[in-house]
Amino acid sequence: MPGLPMTDDLPDDALLDELQRAAFGYFVDAVDPATGLVADTSRDHAPASIAVVGFALSTYPVAVERGWMTRTEAAARTLAALRFFARSDQSGGAQATGYKGFYYHFLDRGTGTRVWSSELSMIDTALLIAGVLTASCYFQASTPDERTVRELADLLYRRVDWRWAQDGGDTIRQGWKPECGFLHYGWEGYSEAILLYVLALGSPTHPIVGDCYHAWTSTYQWENQYDHAVLYAGPLFVHQFSHAWLDLRGLQDRFMRDKRSDYFENSRQAVFVQREYARRNPYEFVGYDTSCWGLSAGEGPANAPGSARVGEHWQTAPDRGPRRWFGYAARGVPYGPDDGTLSPSAVLASLPFAPELVVPTVRTMMTRYPEIVTAGRLTSGFNPTHGETVDNQRRAWVSPGHFGLDQGVVVMMIENHRSELSWRLMRDCPYVAPGLRGAGFTGGWL
Amino acid sequence: MIEDASERERAANVRPPAWTNPEPAERYHLVIVGGGPAGLAAAHAAAARGAKVALIERARLGGTDLNVGTVPSKAIIQSSRVFAEMRDAVRYGVPDPAEVELDFAGIMARMRRLRARISRDAGAARLAAAGVDVFFGDASFVAGDAIAVAGATLGFRKAMIATGSRPHLPPIPGLVDATFLTNETVFELTALPERLLVIGGGPLGCELAQAFHRLGARTTIVQDLPLFLPKEERDAAQILSNALARDGLEVRLNTTVTRVRVERGETLVDLISDDYHSTITVDAILNGVGRRPNVEGLNLGAAEVDHDPVAGIHVDDLLRTTNRRIYAAGDVCVEHKFTHVAEATGRMVVRNALFLGRERLSELVVPWCTFTDPEIAHVGASVREAHDRDIPVTTYVIPLHEVTRAIVDGHDLGFVKIHVRDGTDRILGATIVARHAGEMIGEITAAIMAGVGLRTLAHVIHASPVQTGAIQLAAQAFCRTQLTPTLKQRLRRWLAR
Repeated sequence: MPGLPMTDDLPDDALLDELQRAAFGYFVDAVDPATGLVADTSRDHAPASIAVVGFALSTYPVAVERGWMTRTEAAARTLAALRFFARSDQSGGAQATGYKGFYYHFLDRGTGTRVWSSELSMIDTALLIAGVLTASCYFQASTPDERTVRELADLLYRRVDWRWAQDGGDTIRQGWKPECGFLHYGWEGYSEAILLYVLALGSPTHPIVGDCYHAWTSTYQWENQYDHAVLYAGPLFVHQFSHAWLDLRGLQDRFMRDKRSDYFENSRQAVFVQREYARRNPYEFVGYDTSCWGLSAGEGPANAPGSARVGEHWQTAPDRGPRRWFGYAARGVPYGPDDGTLSPSAVLASLPFAPELVVPTVRTMMTRYPEIVTAGRLTSGFNPTHGETVDNQRRAWVSPGHFGLDQGVVVMMIENHRSELSWRLMRDCPYVAPGLRGAGFTGGWL
Repeated sequence: MIEDASERERAANVRPPAWTNPEPAERYHLVIVGGGPAGLAAAHAAAARGAKVALIERARLGGTDLNVGTVPSKAIIQSSRVFAEMRDAVRYGVPDPAEVELDFAGIMARMRRLRARISRDAGAARLAAAGVDVFFGDASFVAGDAIAVAGATLGFRKAMIATGSRPHLPPIPGLVDATFLTNETVFELTALPERLLVIGGGPLGCELAQAFHRLGARTTIVQDLPLFLPKEERDAAQILSNALARDGLEVRLNTTVTRVRVERGETLVDLISDDYHSTITVDAILNGVGRRPNVEGLNLGAAEVDHDPVAGIHVDDLLRTTNRRIYAAGDVCVEHKFTHVAEATGRMVVRNALFLGRERLSELVVPWCTFTDPEIAHVGASVREAHDRDIPVTTYVIPLHEVTRAIVDGHDLGFVKIHVRDGTDRILGATIVARHAGEMIGEITAAIMAGVGLRTLAHVIHASPVQTGAIQLAAQAFCRTQLTPTLKQRLRRWLAR
C-alpha cells in the first residue's frame, strides 16, 4: 500500500479509518498461519513477540466489526494461536515456549521455541493473556470454533501462576530465565503494569497474594510538571498500554482517590506535558513544537538497520557538546532520554485521551514529514535532527519498517475512540471486574 | 608511601613523629576513641564548654575524611572537572586548547598539598592547644568506666566511640590475589591506570569512576543492581547513568563480578549479567563497595557494649550504647556514613552525654550529596518513605532546562524536586540533580530545619541569575496550585469592582 493521500483532503474519521486499517494490515502480513504467532517487526527473520500476538488477538474483533475480515477467518486465526499456546512446551527449558503459564518474550514464529535467550516475561504474558481474554469475550457464538476459543482462553488464563511470579516478594518480578532464575528487575514507579496486576488479582487459580498492588503503587511519583499534576511516567506508551484493554475512565484506586484523579485523566495530562515539553524543546532538536511531539519507546537512529549513518552514535550540537543517539529505547519527558526521536504512532495511540490535540498533531507530522508513512502505517520513530538533505529537501531519519506493538495499540486505541469495542469486551470479561476490585478500584462502570 | 613535603607536613599534623602522650588526668569528663570527624568535632565542642577531654587515635587524626576520603577525592574530582571543561571549551566559544596534556603527577601533588593544608585544622597541636589530651595508640576498654591506651589507663565519666569504618571487601574469588585499590590506597597512585575497573555503583564508585575516566583512564563501572545509587530516586540515578555514558564510561548495570584472574601478567575480570558471561582485561581494580564499621580490638565486651560487624556499635536514638556511660558517633554506628553526619553526631553526643541533652538521631535532618557531574543531592524523606508512612505527597519539579543560570552556564542537565505534604506547604524532602546540587540542597535543608514551607520560599528573593532560583520556581509552581477556581473568581470580582 502506498503512503496515504494528502491528509488535508480527508475528514478526521476517514483519516483515522485509513490509518487504523493500514495498521491492522500489519497483523495480516506478519502472522504465521500455522502457529498464529505474529512477528515482532516487519524486518526479515524477525521472531514472534508474545505481546504482539496479544495485540493481534485483540485486533481481530475490530477487523470483523469493521468488515476487514470475516468472522470465520478471525476465529480461525485466533484458534491457531490459542491452540499453539495450549499445546506449547511449558517445561521452562532453554528451548521451551514457556513455564508456569508464562511465555518467553520472543519465540520462533514457525516452531514457537524460545529465541535470543529471551526472558520469561510477565508483562508481555499479561499483554498476550489480555488478547486471549478479548478473543474469548468476542467469540461468544455456539459454533465449535468459537466454543473452543472460549475453552482454550480459559485454560490459558487459569494456568498462569501469577503468585509464583512474586518470588515470595511484595511485587511481581519482571522476568525469569532458566539459566539464572528471576531477573533482578522489579516494577518501580508507574508503568503499564496495571493490566498485569489486574489480571493477576482476578485469577481464580493463582492470584497474587498480600498487598502486592499497594506495594507497587507506593513507588508512584505524583508530580507537578510544567503546572500539570501528573502521575509521572516519561514515555507515552506507559500511559496507553493498559488503557488499550481496560476502560479506566472514572475508576479510582486508593492512590487516585487521594489525588482526586483517575488514570484516564492522567493519560490526558501526560499528553499536555509531552506537548509542553516539545514547545519548550530544551535540547533544541529539529522539528519539536506544539504540533510535533511524542516521546515514547521506539527505535532511534543509532545502529538502526537502514540508517544512513549506521554506527554513528554522537553528534556535536552548538552550545551543547556531544549529543548521543539511541537505538531502540524508552524515551520520555521531561527527564529524558531524548535524542530528537519522536514516535508518531504513540501520538496516535493517545487519541482517546486528547483527540483535539492528537488529530491535528498527526496531520501536521504527516504533512511535514511524509516519509514517516510507509504502507499507509505510521513509523515507530523518526528523527528530523538526524535527517539528511536529498535533492535540496530535508528528510528526517525514519525507522525502517514497522513494529507490531505500535500497530496493535494504534488499532485498539482508534477503535476505543470510535466505538469503545475493546473496552466493552473487557468490561464483560468475568475476571477483569474482580481484578480491578482486588486492586481497590471503585467508581466508573465498575 | 609517597614521601614529599606535603606528606611530611600532614604527618606532622595528624601523627606527629615525636609525640609524647600526656600524663593522664585522674578522671575525664569525656574520653573519645577515634580522631576522625566525629571525634574531632566532639573534642573541640566538649573542651570549649570546659570539659576535661581525652582523645585516643590509633593511626592518624582526621580519619577517613581527611586522609583517604572526602578531601583527597574532591581534590581529584575538581582536577578532572577542569580537564573535562578544557576539552569542552569550544562549546563556550573558547578556542580548543591545543595539545592539552595531563599531568597526573601534578594532580596528585596538588591533592597532597591541599590535604596537608587542611590537616592543620585536624592537628594534634591544635587539639592540645584547645585543652584536649591527645593519646596515640590502640584503645582497649578495661572496664565500663576505664580504657587503656599505650600503657596508661584513662578513667572516664563518659566515653564516646568514634572509630569510623573501613572499606568492605566483597567476597570475589581472586580479588585479594590481584592488585586492587580501595579508597585507602587509590590516592597513593603515581601513574594513571590505562584501563580501570570500578566495582560498585554507590557514591564512592560513581565519583571516582567518572573522575578517573575524565583524567584519561578507560573506565568500566560494574554495579550489581539495575541502577546506580540505590538510595537515590530513580530519575536521579537514571540521569547519572546517562551522564556517565555521555562521558564515555562503559556502564555495566545489573552485572556482578564473579572472578578475578591474573594470567600472563594481565588482570582478567569475569562478569555475569543475568545469564550473559563476559570477561574484561584491566590494569587496575578499584573496590567501591560499601564500608564496614571498625569495632574490632576495642575489647567492647569488658565495657558491655553490644555490637556486630555489620551494623557496628548498637545505639539508641540518643546515641547511647548498652553501657549508659558510653556513647557512639559517626560511621561506627550510623547508617549514613558521611563526614557531616559524623560531625553532627559527635557534637550531639557532647550535649547528650555531658549536658543532659535529649537530642535524637531520628530527628536529624541529613542532606547528602554524590559529587559526580552532575551532582546528586538529597535531604529528608523520599517519596517512597512518605508513602510507607501513609503521607500523601506531591512533588514540585523544575527541570534545570527551565533555569536561566543553568542554561547560560551550559549545565542544564538535572532537576530540582521538592516533596510536599498534600494539603500543606510543608517540605518533606527534596532531590536535586545539578552541577552544584551539594550547595543548593542547603537552602532546602535550612527550610526543613526551620519549618519554613514552600509558600515562604516562593517569596525568598534570590540573586539573579543563580541556579538556586530553581527552588524558588518550584515554590512558585506550588503557589499557582493554590489559586483555586473559586479564589480566581473572587480575585476577578475584586479587580472588577
